[in-house]
Amino acid sequence: MTLKEIRNMYVDGFRQMTIGKTLWALILLKLLVLFLVVKLFFFPDVLKRDYSTDEERAAAVRRHLSSPVAHPNDN
Amino acid sequence: MDNILTVVDWSRWQFAMTAIFHWLFVPLTLGLSVIVAVMESIYLRTKSEKWLTTTKFWMTLLAINFAIGVATGIILEFEFGTNWSNYSWFVGDIFGAPLAIEGILAFFLEATFGAVMFFGWGKVSPRFHLLSTWLTAIGASISALWILVANAWMQYPVGMEFDPAQMRNVMDNFWALFSGVAINKFFHAVLSGWALSGVFVIGVSCFFLWRRSNREFAIRSIKTGGWIGVAGLLLCMWTGDGSAVEVTRTQPMKLAAMEGLYYGTSGQSLTVMGIVNPDKRWDNDEDPYLLDIAMPKGLSLLARHDMDAFVPGINDIINGVDIVDGDTVNTVSYAERIERGRMAQKSLREYSLALETGDTEWMQRAASQLSVNYPYFGYGYFKSPADAIPPVALTFYSFRIMVGLGSYFLLFYVVMLFLVYRKEECLCHARWLQIVAMASVPLMWICSEAGWVVAEVGRQPWTVQDLLPTCAAISDIPASSVIVTFWIFAVIFTILLAAEMSIMINWINKSTRKDLNK
Repeated sequence: MTLKEIRNMYVDGFRQMTIGKTLWALILLKLLVLFLVVKLFFFPDVLKRDYSTDEERAAAVRRHLSSPVAHPNDN
Repeated sequence: MDNILTVVDWSRWQFAMTAIFHWLFVPLTLGLSVIVAVMESIYLRTKSEKWLTTTKFWMTLLAINFAIGVATGIILEFEFGTNWSNYSWFVGDIFGAPLAIEGILAFFLEATFGAVMFFGWGKVSPRFHLLSTWLTAIGASISALWILVANAWMQYPVGMEFDPAQMRNVMDNFWALFSGVAINKFFHAVLSGWALSGVFVIGVSCFFLWRRSNREFAIRSIKTGGWIGVAGLLLCMWTGDGSAVEVTRTQPMKLAAMEGLYYGTSGQSLTVMGIVNPDKRWDNDEDPYLLDIAMPKGLSLLARHDMDAFVPGINDIINGVDIVDGDTVNTVSYAERIERGRMAQKSLREYSLALETGDTEWMQRAASQLSVNYPYFGYGYFKSPADAIPPVALTFYSFRIMVGLGSYFLLFYVVMLFLVYRKEECLCHARWLQIVAMASVPLMWICSEAGWVVAEVGRQPWTVQDLLPTCAAISDIPASSVIVTFWIFAVIFTILLAAEMSIMINWINKSTRKDLNK
């Protein structure tokens, strides 16, 4: 297959879709909501956000995991 | 931090909801892609247009499921970074490799060959199209392989060494990830997708019969879906047996919870049906069941493939007692595990202090002490053995729902295949049979989800077996943010599920008015 044929396959495929148009709209809307709203505003990578280096992140996790006061069963 | 139990509980609910929702789509993709590939193979061999029409109909349903389900799994990875950051960091090196391979493979195979499969009719040669359909199906299974390898590692962590400087488990043997636990889990999950999809195909086909539409098409579909589904179910039962043996070996507490077994015996019976006693605790003398019907020696056979073998119960495991080949052996009791876990955590604190002061000799000493007790690291978070027991009732009932429905579906397949080959007229005219087939479709999803509940609830309280309980895996975040995102996901998922069902039902309804027998 040439590059042009591959391009045409996608273009024609999209053009000839019937049920697929609704599906693509749903896919795009879903990805938009997931990545531009949910991920960006509600799901930060907590360790990346709060600490700037891997050493700091390792230290934070070490502190959490080795400190008995952080354990719920000791509350 | 808010009350940590609130954060843990909401995060667990959120993860469970996301995983359950994601698993609504995955098994249908895994199985239906194979059924479609088989149908297309028959079309290519017979050159019969009716098989082409049949293939295209089921491929459209596959496309709908694929489109709605795609990227729902990525939410689980969002949750790792936000809600479970300690866990994410702790296992990062192990999880990174399989998940990265999964991402690349999924993108490459599904974006490339999936596009040819859906768009390539008449644009590529029939053979290349068929190859693309098979590669899409195989790609979906290979994607599942990496996810299940990562999941199996959490249940049976092997092939790594803990580095206190990085605070990570560092992979030292990639191939160890393909443990017996992982291989059984992979085949069990993928084949359950075949079984589920077979029931889906039969249920939808019976809707056509019920509507008295496209009889030939429906019969063709029932035969194809039926054979692939029953093969999937039988192999699923076989791998389930392998999983039971692996669970006994690697997670005996999960097996004991699945059975509601507190004190085991040699020649242990298997509770076929029962009601667990809600007042039963590991440290009281209540009966474990209010009612039970048991199969003599069944659990010994299931767990150790020996009718007279000893199977430890919850109290035996807590006390560190097991019997292997007739000899009582002492494993490590939970009291000792808790003590050694605390010693491991103390060593980690010492390592941390040594790191701050730059005392390398102290660091080496602390790291060495840590490595001795590291296999029990997670137990140090528990106050009593009770903290290390999974929810017995939920695990017990989920296991019976899975096995009970699995047995029903074996009967279902046998009856459907018998009818479609020997009593076709009966199947085409007995409307109650068609209704039973349609009603069985949601039951298959319940069966499949129940299997995951057994696997995931049964391994509680661990995120990583013996090393990291859920209470320690959690991030330092407010509960309110988890509650907000829980409801956001609940809304998004409900909309997506409603959209999928509505688009599928519309498509099926429209198709009953078309001629699919050409």
